[in-house]
Parts: sequence; C-alpha cells; structure tokens
Amino acid sequence: MDYSGLIEKLLDGNTRAAARLITLVENNIDVAEKIINSIYKNTGNAYILGITGAPGTGKSTFISTLIKIFIDQGKKIGIICVDPTSPLTGGALLGDRIRMKEHFSLENVFIRSMANRGQLGGLARATDDTIKILDAYGCDIIIVETVGVGQSDVDIFKSAHTVVVLLVPGLGDDIQAIKAGIMEITDVFVVNKMDLDGADRKVADIMQMIELNETYKYDSEKIPIDFAKMKDWTPEIIKVNSRTGENFDILLDKISKHKEFLEKTGVISNYLKNRIKTETLQILKHKLTKKIEELLNSNEVIEEYINEVIEKSLDPYSMANLIIKMLENKF
Amino acid sequence: MSKERKIKILVCKPGLDGHDRGAKVLARALRDAGMEVIYTGIHQTPEDIVNTVIQEDPDAVMLSILSGSHNALCPVIMDKLKEHDIDDVLVAVGGIIPDEDKPLLEKHGLKGFYGPGTELKTIVEFVKNNLKR
Repeated sequence: MDYSGLIEKLLDGNTRAAARLITLVENNIDVAEKIINSIYKNTGNAYILGITGAPGTGKSTFISTLIKIFIDQGKKIGIICVDPTSPLTGGALLGDRIRMKEHFSLENVFIRSMANRGQLGGLARATDDTIKILDAYGCDIIIVETVGVGQSDVDIFKSAHTVVVLLVPGLGDDIQAIKAGIMEITDVFVVNKMDLDGADRKVADIMQMIELNETYKYDSEKIPIDFAKMKDWTPEIIKVNSRTGENFDILLDKISKHKEFLEKTGVISNYLKNRIKTETLQILKHKLTKKIEELLNSNEVIEEYINEVIEKSLDPYSMANLIIKMLENKF
Repeated sequence: MSKERKIKILVCKPGLDGHDRGAKVLARALRDAGMEVIYTGIHQTPEDIVNTVIQEDPDAVMLSILSGSHNALCPVIMDKLKEHDIDDVLVAVGGIIPDEDKPLLEKHGLKGFYGPGTELKTIVEFVKNNLKR
C-alpha cells in the first residue's frame, strides 16, 4: 500500500487522509512505524490537553464546552476519545460523540473515537501515534479524553502537557482525595456539575490535600525521573458547570498558567525527554515481546526447557534466563 | 492486514426521529459480535453523518429510520458521500422501510432494509458479508 500520497495530503491539512492514516496506525503497528517515521519532523506544534476522571463525571460534555471556546479563539482542535474494549468479545461501544453533537464544522474540529483494545492505563496503543498525526495535520490543540478511569490509570500524564482531572460532588470523601494514583498526576482539578450539592465540600477536600502537599513537599531525590514535572507546581482547582459554561474563563486562565509554568521553568524539556523515553520503552517492549513469542513458538530447544520445567529439573526463572542468553546471541 | 484489524461501524439516527431503542440494540449486538461501534445519537443531519464518516473512517454506516423520511434523507447522505469520493463504505438502512421504497434506495446504493422482528444475527452476518474493504 502507498502511504506517501496520504502523508502528502495530511501535511496539506486533508481531513480524510488524516482519518485513513489513523485507521492504518490503529490496525497495524508495522505500518504505524513507517507513517510516524515520515511525519515525525512535522510534529511538536500542538498543545496536548489530557482530560480524565471516573465514568460519568462529565468528561465528554466538558470537552464539548471547551471546543466551543477554542473555536472562538480561532484554534484548530483535534479530539481523541478513548473508550474500553470488551475483554470477552473484543468489541467496543464508542459513545463519546453523543455528547459532542454541536454542529462543529469539518475545518476546525476533528473528533476521533478509539477503542483501547485491551491496553491498560486509560489510553490505546495507537493514541500517541494518533496525537502525532493530528499534530502534523495542523491541530493547535489536541484534547485526549481517556477511558473513564479508576484510581491508577495514569498513562495520560506521560502523553499530555496539562492533565485535567474531573471530579463531581457526592462521589467519594476526603479519604479518596489523599489516595495515591490519579490524584497525584493532576495539574488542574475541575469539580464539574458545580450546581449540585456538595461542590464546595469537594473543593475543600481537594484544597486540603493540596495544602498537605505544600507543607510536606516530595523529597525530590526520591521521585522517579518521569514524575519530575510534578515538583514546583501546585495543582490548581476550579469548580465549573459544563452545561452553562460557568467558570470556564477562570479554568482557561489556570490551564494557561500551567502552560506558562512548563515553558518558563524549563520543565517542558524535562517532560519531553521523559515522554520520548517512555514511548521508546513501549515500542521496545512490543517489539521484543513479538521476537520472544516467535522464539518461544518455533524453537526446539525451548520445548526441551519446557519439559525440564515440567520434570522440575528447571524452574521458570532459570528458563527465562536461558532464553535471554539465546536472544543475546542473536542480536 | 494484521490480526488487529477490527470492523468499525457507525450507527446513526438521521433526521427528526427520536426512537432509538432499535439503534441501541443493534449497536449492542454488533459490539457483542466483536466490532467497534460508534453510536452518534439522535437528530443527525446528513452533513453531520458525512462529517462523522470522514473523521471516523468506518467500514460500514448503519442508518436507523422509523419516521418515514428515508426517501428524503438517504439519497442526500449518499450524494454527500459521493462528493467526498467515499465509495468503499457499506451504507445500510433499516427501521420501517416499505417494500415499494426499496428500489429507489437501492438505486442510490443503499442495502439492508431490515425491519422489526429481524434476528440480530441476521444483521451481523449481513454486515460481515457485505463490507467493501
């Protein structure tokens, strides 16, 4: 198949070419490699905004309101909505578009639904590559909506410049606010559905958590390098109403403030380095796993090892070490 | 293509027709058949639908119409798809489609025409056997 035609059209801002390339990237990782290879130098211009939160917190409606504001600012926007794949059938129901039913024109808004195809962490394997395609397509802002996440689906913070976490009143108490995981990767907290009872209480719970972070700053030596963007930034918090757009002006100020922080402090270069590292690690894992699987299924020596493990003259760890030796000889 | 290849379906409710139980049941059945299904929700204009087809790049579009406006809406959707050179997507319509309207719709390239009482597996098989790519 010929991608060069599609890629040329993509760089010209052709919407169908962008859509078709995303399909190719989703369906075949070897093709993805070739596509990213030819567009990579055209990426890096978009600001990536990650939106995450539990199911039903209003992520899609919130994004719909954001889109309207960004359109008014004359921005071109790409949206990637990730929903879960069924572990039983491999099927998926992608329903985020229902909340984004405004009649957005094709020229400045590109919405793409994506099934996570079994990947944990809140994103799909193809999400990072799709971000690059939309970036090369000419989007100024790319909004990534994760799967409605639990407490530890934190992959988005590796892909996005700014992570916005949506919370709603009445879901969880102050203990939820001090748990580990998603609450720690947030740049801006949004308490959505502020018209509901308990919104101020929710804001207070989170403020308390943030203040605790202030007085007990992480020991920066101990934080793994990929979390480095966390230090020096105190998460912002704002309550909004996505239906009416109330407080969105303040929210956007807070997002800009985070953007400025990233640029002024140089944290952004740190963030970039980490992103490249984790992305490469992902690719390596995928490629090596494939190599190892091929080896496991085709090698007679390994059959012998398996028998030895059954007879208890070898254990799985020792067998793994032997296989690593085999791989090293191959490289 | 590799084994990751998934059939991607767009289920739409065109026009001023709010009866979407059928569309939701269909979406669920296709999901359970291992396909990736995007449901757009109700009240979609032909332009909305074509824009969604362009962005989502599905293998098939399933239109559910119970309001009797299929003769007005379907040809417009097909024309707009043609304007964008989209010719490798299966477009099917179902719901309440009287027999005498089928020839006109078929002439415009539509398929399916399944109505109430159709077994879901019939539609799943239909989709699998009629994909254009």
